[in-house]
Amino acid sequence: MNFLADLVFWFFVVLTVSSAIVVVFHKKIIYSAFALLFTFFGVAALYLFLSADFLAVSQVLIYVGGILTLIIFGVFLTSRITTLAVSQLMHQKYMAIIPVVVLGVSLIAMVYKANWRIQPLDSLPTTQAIGEALLTRYLVPFELASILLLAALIGAMRLARFFRGES
Amino acid sequence: MHSLEVYLTVSAILLLLGIFAVITRKNPVAVLMGIELILNSAGINFVAFSKFTTGNLDGQVAALFIIIIAAAEAAVALAIFLNLFRLKKSTDLDKADLLSG
Repeated sequence: MNFLADLVFWFFVVLTVSSAIVVVFHKKIIYSAFALLFTFFGVAALYLFLSADFLAVSQVLIYVGGILTLIIFGVFLTSRITTLAVSQLMHQKYMAIIPVVVLGVSLIAMVYKANWRIQPLDSLPTTQAIGEALLTRYLVPFELASILLLAALIGAMRLARFFRGES
Repeated sequence: MHSLEVYLTVSAILLLLGIFAVITRKNPVAVLMGIELILNSAGINFVAFSKFTTGNLDGQVAALFIIIIAAAEAAVALAIFLNLFRLKKSTDLDKADLLSG
């Protein structure tokens, strides 16, 4: 049983990392967009392993249902059908490797050298606790987030309508 | 139960891949995908620390706000990309130099 759980966990880790690699390195952007789907599902599964059930469901609903759909729309609307195949080449590749490697080495070294204060939390299900936190401790950020979403909605509609009407 | 370091390592890898995509890609939608990878890695970090070190649910609430902000950001960014495509007839970020920067 424990072995099976380990197997599933490492499967999702490998799925997340390998599909993220496809997202970054694939030449055709539509393939990157669909690989991003598997990355989001893998991250949702990692949230489940971290006993964050509400967050995993929100991840699937909002990222996969909302943001990924928007991104695929963006890919289709900003690429001509003929150029869909050859949408991009890497540039600045060698310049980019330097900061990424430096940051990566220092991050991994920090993760394995630091003396983490482990104090495990096991509180499934989390939905009720998160709901209470959102309406008590985090009420102001929660309302600010709703205003932010409204502003983003109106702004995006304004920009996209401008795009239609002017051309 | 797996250790904190595994989650932090996965998150670090996602962060590095996202940074690499943001630096190297020319298509704005691909840059947006890199930003989404970075935001996801931050979310994993928040939830992992919430589970392993703080002993309360604050990290999960923070990750929830990350998801909300990512949604708002994606909507506005794609509206801007559509306008850029209309103005420049291409999806090359190097051509987005209307302000002569």
